[in-house]
Amino acid sequence: MSTTTAALPTKLWNGGKSPFNVEYGKLMMWYFLMSDAFTFGAFLISYGTIRFSSNGWPDPNEVFQSFPGLGSGYPLMFVSLMTFILIISSVTMVLAVHAGHNMDKKGVVTNLILTIIGGAAFLSCQAWEWFHLHHEGAWWGANPFLNADGTQSEQSFTNYFFTITGFHGFHVLSGVVINIVMLIMTLTDQFEKRGHYLMIEKAGLYWHFVDLVWVFVFTCFYLI
Amino acid sequence: MAQAGHAEHSNDGAVKEIWKVTGILTVLTLVELALGFWMMKIESPSSRLAMKGTIVILMMVKAFYIVAYFMHLKHELRNLIMTIVVPLALFIWFITAFLYEGNSYKNLRNTYDPYKKAQTTIKVEKKEEAHGEHGSEKHKAVE
Repeated sequence: MSTTTAALPTKLWNGGKSPFNVEYGKLMMWYFLMSDAFTFGAFLISYGTIRFSSNGWPDPNEVFQSFPGLGSGYPLMFVSLMTFILIISSVTMVLAVHAGHNMDKKGVVTNLILTIIGGAAFLSCQAWEWFHLHHEGAWWGANPFLNADGTQSEQSFTNYFFTITGFHGFHVLSGVVINIVMLIMTLTDQFEKRGHYLMIEKAGLYWHFVDLVWVFVFTCFYLI
Repeated sequence: MAQAGHAEHSNDGAVKEIWKVTGILTVLTLVELALGFWMMKIESPSSRLAMKGTIVILMMVKAFYIVAYFMHLKHELRNLIMTIVVPLALFIWFITAFLYEGNSYKNLRNTYDPYKKAQTTIKVEKKEEAHGEHGSEKHKAVE
């Protein structure tokens, strides 16, 4: 950090160049992500408020305890798998961005494909979980689960769960679509012609944000 | 790194950093999960609360590593870091105020609305079985 400020003297705000030293698109991606963070934050804080105002709340280990092919009785297992899938896909995305810096087309293609596979795997897991819960009678406006203390639970539990994981899942879906577009652009040499892979960096920022949101959703819904 | 100012970031160092952060994120997630599994066996509300607090702190540490290293924010100029991080500080107040408000609403309602309080403290016994059967039917269908 100190070397960076030394290289760019005090004239940052005198005009002629970006005071942030990033290109326009990347800066705007950061601002978009900040606004998106407020949207997710509003959802999660609203969930927290309702949870704090309720006398009881379902135990996540009783609600989310099924694993495909194994049946029920495996709390936390499936969501751990989903979490690791998303972390690994985030790592492959960083590697894709890094390969882009080195103008390494092959590295970008390989890592983007891995990221897309990770995203698709996560979406499949979420689809399975939604189908499973729906089969158990849970949906918007329907909550078959009891509170941890055995009392009747409110519908807000499932409403918040489906709304927030659904909104996150939609972000994952758009991330996968963006990554597929990036893959096609890489394969058709669009970035080679431009002379840089900065577009991959912006897609990467979005993808990491999706992973970041999952860290919060995972903690708020499944762990605590 | 195509930007000026990131040139000092060597190639090998960058890749090493990615794997180091991956390791840290994996370990943090495993610790969170271990706490989650351990929490299932704990009854005492105060130790459960302490464990939940620890999980939230670990969550913040994970968020820091993703934003700082994967999203590369730590290596950006201070100007950019501040325009992103300072507005997000509003969350500190949002969370404090709203959770306090929710808790206060619960206490007020329990004090002044005895009907609601009675409704939310009735234990439901029968539904558990029905729910279990429904669940097992489902598993057959899936397999």
